[in-house]
Amino acid sequence: MFVSDLMGLDFSPLLISLRAAVLATIVAFFLGIAAAYFVSGYRGNFKGLIDGVLTLPLVLPPTVVGFLLLILFGKNGPLGKLLMAIGTTVIFSWPATVIAASVVAFPLMYRTVRSAFEQIDQNIINAARTLGVSEWKIFWKITIPLAWPGVAAGTVLAFARALGDFGATLMIGGNIPGKTLTIPAEIFFAAESGDMGKALTWVILIFIISLIVMTLMNYWTDYQYKMVATVGRK
Amino acid sequence: MELLVDIQKELPGFTLEVNFEAGMDILGLLGASGSGKSMTLRCIAGIDTPDKGSIVLNGRTLFDSKKGINLPCRKRKLGFLFQNYALFPNMTVEENIGFGIGDKKQADRIAIIKQKMKMIKLEGLEKRYPNQLSGGQQQRVALARALAIEPEALLLDEPFSALDDYLRSHMVKQLTEILADYPGVTLFVTHNMDEVYRICDKLVVLSQGKIEAKGGKEEVFRCPPSLVSAQLTGCKNFSQAKYISRFELEALEWGINLKTRHEISRQVKNVGIHAHVIEVASDEKDDNVFKCWLNFTSETPSRMTVYLSMENQTLEQGNYHLQWEITKKMWLDLKDRPQPWGLRIDPAELIVF
Repeated sequence: MFVSDLMGLDFSPLLISLRAAVLATIVAFFLGIAAAYFVSGYRGNFKGLIDGVLTLPLVLPPTVVGFLLLILFGKNGPLGKLLMAIGTTVIFSWPATVIAASVVAFPLMYRTVRSAFEQIDQNIINAARTLGVSEWKIFWKITIPLAWPGVAAGTVLAFARALGDFGATLMIGGNIPGKTLTIPAEIFFAAESGDMGKALTWVILIFIISLIVMTLMNYWTDYQYKMVATVGRK
Repeated sequence: MELLVDIQKELPGFTLEVNFEAGMDILGLLGASGSGKSMTLRCIAGIDTPDKGSIVLNGRTLFDSKKGINLPCRKRKLGFLFQNYALFPNMTVEENIGFGIGDKKQADRIAIIKQKMKMIKLEGLEKRYPNQLSGGQQQRVALARALAIEPEALLLDEPFSALDDYLRSHMVKQLTEILADYPGVTLFVTHNMDEVYRICDKLVVLSQGKIEAKGGKEEVFRCPPSLVSAQLTGCKNFSQAKYISRFELEALEWGINLKTRHEISRQVKNVGIHAHVIEVASDEKDDNVFKCWLNFTSETPSRMTVYLSMENQTLEQGNYHLQWEITKKMWLDLKDRPQPWGLRIDPAELIVF
């Protein structure tokens, strides 16, 4: 029964989910590292506030995040108007799934990387500075390699969160089959309509995907980090 | 070659206010932990920023609050040796040493790395990672890394405090040899008076952010001008003092009169005696001979610290008037002699301030 179901299954939710998760992970990867670098080096009075704003998508219910995105990207929203002006809209189109997934995945990347940055012995960075090396070179040759386990962990978490998003995606992407219907949404609607077999198929699939990605990432991180010593961390 | 430092910085608990110059002689900054000595070094290196003042190295202004100059760390051309070495753990020894000279030609870089490896006597370990080296080896790599950029000044921040005693004396010797060939200004920060005496020629004593003493090391060690500088240079016995005549004072807490070799001022407030200069009196009628009783002792493998009382009664637990350091052999000779013991202090050895 399971196999016959699988044969007749529409695989579009899988592709939509993977596309959203991969693109969102890339977005969260770069923005998260940039934000983490900025906040860990920031010495002003607004550190708490900035951190709070950047972490907000993690603590708010996904539907609230989705609602805010809807306002932002809607016909009358600031970004929505901007997009209208160039003749396009993202609401209820596939980019909406990427935007929603990026926003909910971002705080996990940001927080994990920031704590990894702050774990680095500041003297190591200072030593590099006294050697006359540019901040750019220090960032790529020292900060990122030393924070690598944190960067990798953040990436895995961001991917998992992006793949699993339901609320925010549904709010601004809707559930248009073949366009914005992701696996989590498909599971919800299948289960709601009583098609437990279909729901279970997708549950198992997402299970397998998550496990494969996490495992590969762990091996890769170990491999990358094998040579880097544990000294030099606080 | 000279470094002029005159800076102020508000720190939690006190204001750092230092003013000194360093030339070709190795200058030691001696102070207890939290005295602001490391902060001074960090300000010179540009890791921290002073509130006011100026730092000038060989005519080059590194920092000047009035002119609004504050060169970033990487443009100051200073070598900094950190207490925990701060080697780059993700790089091999040669990559560490070569990290600061990346803009040089490949051949020149290799030549410099080779020469530094020879200097620190670690040839053959180029491909090792820092965690595969011992503490002393890491220390040397950090020194080679700092010297590879040919800095105009070398700043050493408690470089030996993380090493065990055996390694420490070994490293002190090696560092002295390397520093002898180094042509720039050297500042050495430590809380250890033995290290500072062994390595430095000149000395600045810091306490609570203020300079307590500065000058040649022999001079500062022989006659420290204040209580804190006397303590930091190893003096263990202090008493309040009262002027009697040009060459005599009364040590109030010890209840004895002491003659001095050098003329003293009427404003004399304190007298100090190093724990190792007290000697057994050969003649009771000599100057500065006094009687004292044994209170308690404390033992190290080679030496004995004897705590003495000036009264014929045991003071409360842990209290004493004088601390006296002698060899074990001397202790064995002494311990069965009847008390009180007649002891003497050479008038030339009194520290008066």
